[in-house]
Amino acid sequence: MTTLDTTEASGMIMNKTAEEAGALAKAVSTAKAGHETKIAASKVSVFYGDKQALFDVSIDIPARQVMAFIGPSGCGKSTFLRCINRMNDTIDNCSVKGTIEIDGANIYDPKIDPVLLRARVGMVFQKPNPFPKSIYDNIAYGPRIHGVAKAGSAMDEIVERSLQRAALWNEVKDRLDQPGTGLSGGQQQRLCIARAIAVNPDIILMDEPCSALDPIATAKVEELIDELRAQYTIVIVTHSMQQAARVSQKAAFFHLGNLIEVDETDKMFTNPSDQRTQDYITGRFG
Amino acid sequence: MSDTAAQGTGRRAWYEPDAKLKRRHAADRRLRAYGVAAILFALAMLMTLVGTILVTAAPAVTQTMVTLEVEVPEGAVNPSDPRGGSYQKILNESVARLFPEVDTPRELRELRQLFSNGGQYALRDKVVADTSLIGRTFDITFPLSDIGDQLHKGVIGRDLPSDQRRVSDEQIGWYDRLVEQGRISAPLNWGLIFNADSRFPELAGLWGALVGSFYALLICFLVSFPVGIAAAVYLEEFAPKNRFTDLIEVNINNLAAVPSIVFGLLGLAVFLNFFGMPRSAPIVGGLVLSLMTLPTIIIATRAALKAVPPSIREAAIGVGASRMQTVGHHVLPLAMPGILTGTIIGLAQALGETAPLLLIGMNAFITAAPDSMFNPSTALPTQIYIWADSPERGFTSRTSAAIIVLLGFLVCMNAIAIYMRKRFERRWS
Repeated sequence: MTTLDTTEASGMIMNKTAEEAGALAKAVSTAKAGHETKIAASKVSVFYGDKQALFDVSIDIPARQVMAFIGPSGCGKSTFLRCINRMNDTIDNCSVKGTIEIDGANIYDPKIDPVLLRARVGMVFQKPNPFPKSIYDNIAYGPRIHGVAKAGSAMDEIVERSLQRAALWNEVKDRLDQPGTGLSGGQQQRLCIARAIAVNPDIILMDEPCSALDPIATAKVEELIDELRAQYTIVIVTHSMQQAARVSQKAAFFHLGNLIEVDETDKMFTNPSDQRTQDYITGRFG
Repeated sequence: MSDTAAQGTGRRAWYEPDAKLKRRHAADRRLRAYGVAAILFALAMLMTLVGTILVTAAPAVTQTMVTLEVEVPEGAVNPSDPRGGSYQKILNESVARLFPEVDTPRELRELRQLFSNGGQYALRDKVVADTSLIGRTFDITFPLSDIGDQLHKGVIGRDLPSDQRRVSDEQIGWYDRLVEQGRISAPLNWGLIFNADSRFPELAGLWGALVGSFYALLICFLVSFPVGIAAAVYLEEFAPKNRFTDLIEVNINNLAAVPSIVFGLLGLAVFLNFFGMPRSAPIVGGLVLSLMTLPTIIIATRAALKAVPPSIREAAIGVGASRMQTVGHHVLPLAMPGILTGTIIGLAQALGETAPLLLIGMNAFITAAPDSMFNPSTALPTQIYIWADSPERGFTSRTSAAIIVLLGFLVCMNAIAIYMRKRFERRWS
């Protein structure tokens, strides 16, 4: 009986501190940038079998901004990104601890259906991965399975709007029936962005979206990210410091599975508060 | 200049090969020669095999037929029941008219031995189809018997002393008279395909075996294709990776290596004895064959599913598809060419499988093609087995011809598999 009480008590204390910390961070970020918190992660740890890949990451991600995750390879930034739409569920021996709240709802709550979650949290992958179907079907697939629109003019409209938002409409409007795999790499990646937009998400996760693209295609995708920021909360993992500096408003530095520092991008790149961040940004390791 | 200088000092230029390099190249050449020799040897063996079969089968391409003038007297056949007529007697009479000098019973028996026992049925069928022929004289063409056929094809040598051959001198003489009268012809042997089995080689055909094999393969496909795909999809896409699923995987791989006769014993014990299914029936054959085909299809399907890039799965899951939708809409369609190829190869194996069919009685002697998959029947490989076991000379060439038919089907099925793989192969970035 006594033991139980103690555990409960300590649990409550922990919860309370976490809540307070969250509230504080929220207040700070709202005060600073005028954006409310969209994603609030608290003490997220990820294990692959026995191996822990992420240690107690707590971070608030503001709405309608671009948040960049930077850090050396294997630091856990992609792992954390994939926690946000529960993509890690598909990996057999992967387990996630802690909570991630989107608009106040914990996405690891058993009540939450990952299928619905992924409709709200779109994802763009490192390598462009269009379905080996027509451009039209690539976009229409998501809305179709979610029942947003059946075939016909409603679907045509969604396809056109998504492609326009992804700045691809003018390039492909005459060949919507041709395979998406026939496009160039940069076009394929924008097609994937359009596919993510088509299900009308709030958040778009991007896992090194430009690492397989040439500089011109990269510039186009970066421009697109900047435009999308007006409507979507974007989280981007990138290896390129310059890209983080160009597209993001806030940046988070990960190192060896720990979140080291979260700050305004400008500040982090000019005056980081942690020595490890300083070393990474100036190229001493990574 | 520098060359001679180098040689002069006993040092080789950098580009001159040394003994070690020469040995390395020699080893390369040797290995290539071994490879070519192995392939040539294999080709030679294959050519010998196929060549022997083709040469042996050649006589079965045609069937020696005889055309006789028969008279069906008014009283011999009842027009309201034409099946009941004594057609053998009518034929015997017309043969006797051709050879009036033959009168002793022994000679008559020998004379009749030249003509196939099937003649009476050919005549019956003709009269049944057209009863107006009763009371008239007309020509009928039907096979010569096995000895006549062999004589025509020169398989039975005339030079042998008469006590060493199966045909008497008189029979040769009668046969020659038939040839002189232009009554002997040798058209293509369609009976080989469209007749059912028979004791008499000149009447025996593969139709029953073809139909039996078709039903068995149909059952085999209907059972093993959906079950195999379902099992493979579950194991590959949904099953947790633990000791139990590892055990299942090992067992499936082992099943593929189990000798086929064991499956036959299983079929005998389970399908025939326990479930009491009909003996010799294609449905049992198909079920037994599907047990054998299942592991092949499961393994091929799993390989095909593995070959679909994970990025496609991620893409589908990323836009919110459920796992079932991911598999059904994307992974399975992309894996389908591989699955179909594996299935056809599995079915081709099943088509050629003999041992399990022997155990469930599909090597019975059945003279009619099965009406359904529940009727007794043979299959192509068991038909070959039966014919190879028969003593009559005519079955030698027919066995080889049946092997060619079987090989033809196998080649066709494999060709379809290759075509499908090429045709539906999809590229993705």
